[in-house]
Amino acid sequence: MGAFDFSVIFDNLPFLLKGMQTTLLLTAVAMFGGIVLGTLLALARMSSFTFLSVVATSYINFFRSLPLILVIFWFYFLVPLALGRPVGGLYSVLVAFTLFEAAYYAEIIRAGISSVRSGQAAAARALGMSYGQSMRFIVLPQAFRAMVPILLTQGIVLFQDTSLVYVVGLKDFLVSAELIANREQRLIEMFSFVALVYLAICFSASQGVKFLERRMKR
Amino acid sequence: MNYNWDWSILIAEPYLGWIVSGLGWTIVVSLLAWVVAFSLGSILGIMRTTSSSLLRGIATFYVEIFRNIPLLVQFFLWFFIFPELLPVDAGTWVKREMPMPEFTTAIIALGLYTASRVCEQVRSGIESVGTGQVAAARALGLTEWQTMRYILVPVAYRRVIPPLTSEFLTIFKNSSLALTIGVIELTAVTRQIEEYTFQGFEAFTAATVIYSMITFFVMWLMKKIEVRSRVHGMIGSGG
Repeated sequence: MGAFDFSVIFDNLPFLLKGMQTTLLLTAVAMFGGIVLGTLLALARMSSFTFLSVVATSYINFFRSLPLILVIFWFYFLVPLALGRPVGGLYSVLVAFTLFEAAYYAEIIRAGISSVRSGQAAAARALGMSYGQSMRFIVLPQAFRAMVPILLTQGIVLFQDTSLVYVVGLKDFLVSAELIANREQRLIEMFSFVALVYLAICFSASQGVKFLERRMKR
Repeated sequence: MNYNWDWSILIAEPYLGWIVSGLGWTIVVSLLAWVVAFSLGSILGIMRTTSSSLLRGIATFYVEIFRNIPLLVQFFLWFFIFPELLPVDAGTWVKREMPMPEFTTAIIALGLYTASRVCEQVRSGIESVGTGQVAAARALGLTEWQTMRYILVPVAYRRVIPPLTSEFLTIFKNSSLALTIGVIELTAVTRQIEEYTFQGFEAFTAATVIYSMITFFVMWLMKKIEVRSRVHGMIGSGG
């Protein structure tokens, strides 16, 4: 293999950056979609309609009991079948991540909503607000404010999990680096670089979340 | 949706045999990785709560490294890079002669990664016991080590049973990553069946049912254990 040659990284920087864009796109879409769908699931789970609550609870428990890779395989296989035409890996993976993450976000959001004192919702209803209004203007804003650090931490986990698109060969950061590593026979350099980049991003992000948490407590 | 259903492939040979063997590998990898994660994670978790800043520093460093690199990248580092960094003889041994390299690597990668998560659970368990108990133990003349051994650890471990259960289930689900380095575990098997028979729906359904059944079984079992091992007189202990 010869001595270390880190020029391979600089030579392929544009390609790696493109991979990182895919990774970030996946993270952003799955985080946004997961939080929106997760909020609905959390509200459904806490709803007094037994049917809604049972459906949401089953959805959450079901997805939380499965490995993410299996879910990725499912949608990679199902989405083209359902649409009746092949659609590239990106779309099926976006669907898989959003639906999967929603189950995890739902549990975080449910805990956040439960942490808002019940007097707040009661007071809103007493003032004549509807259920929707009391959620929208009183409960959810307070819940989300308290949840920001945990939601961001889950975002960091999600950012790391997006590397699993490797199993369907989607060109994210890791797969791009792996392609270069194999083509140029520079496994050590590329994989160390990938590990360091992930480490740097996730470590700074988690320190940022800690800082935010301390500031919010004051 | 055009699809030819054929559930019988799930009980036909060789596919049934594949599923059983895949499930076997999933369980063996998960259990052995859990042994690594639980023992190392416990040591690290205790280190993080000692008064020695050196021990705390080492444990914190470990956690930050292993928690902030994606597990899949860690699999690749152990499998492809680690043997290259060893002295030549040892590296050749790992690559050529180590028995079942994929299997061993999967257990190590999964175990070391999950140890960082177990560490955090154990640490928060120990920290939750409260300064009153520690102060009382020290006032009675117990050393720091004795306080840990007789007061903190016994109480903390009973409290962290629920989070440790979910860490075990995380290992169980994460064991599917072993397929990326060539362990033919449950998820890999279903992909194989799909490629051989084009009956992806049936194969993925089988894996889905097996994973959720095992998850629910473990949760049920741990609930029983949790109830039996409750610390009396604490909130939620029911008497």
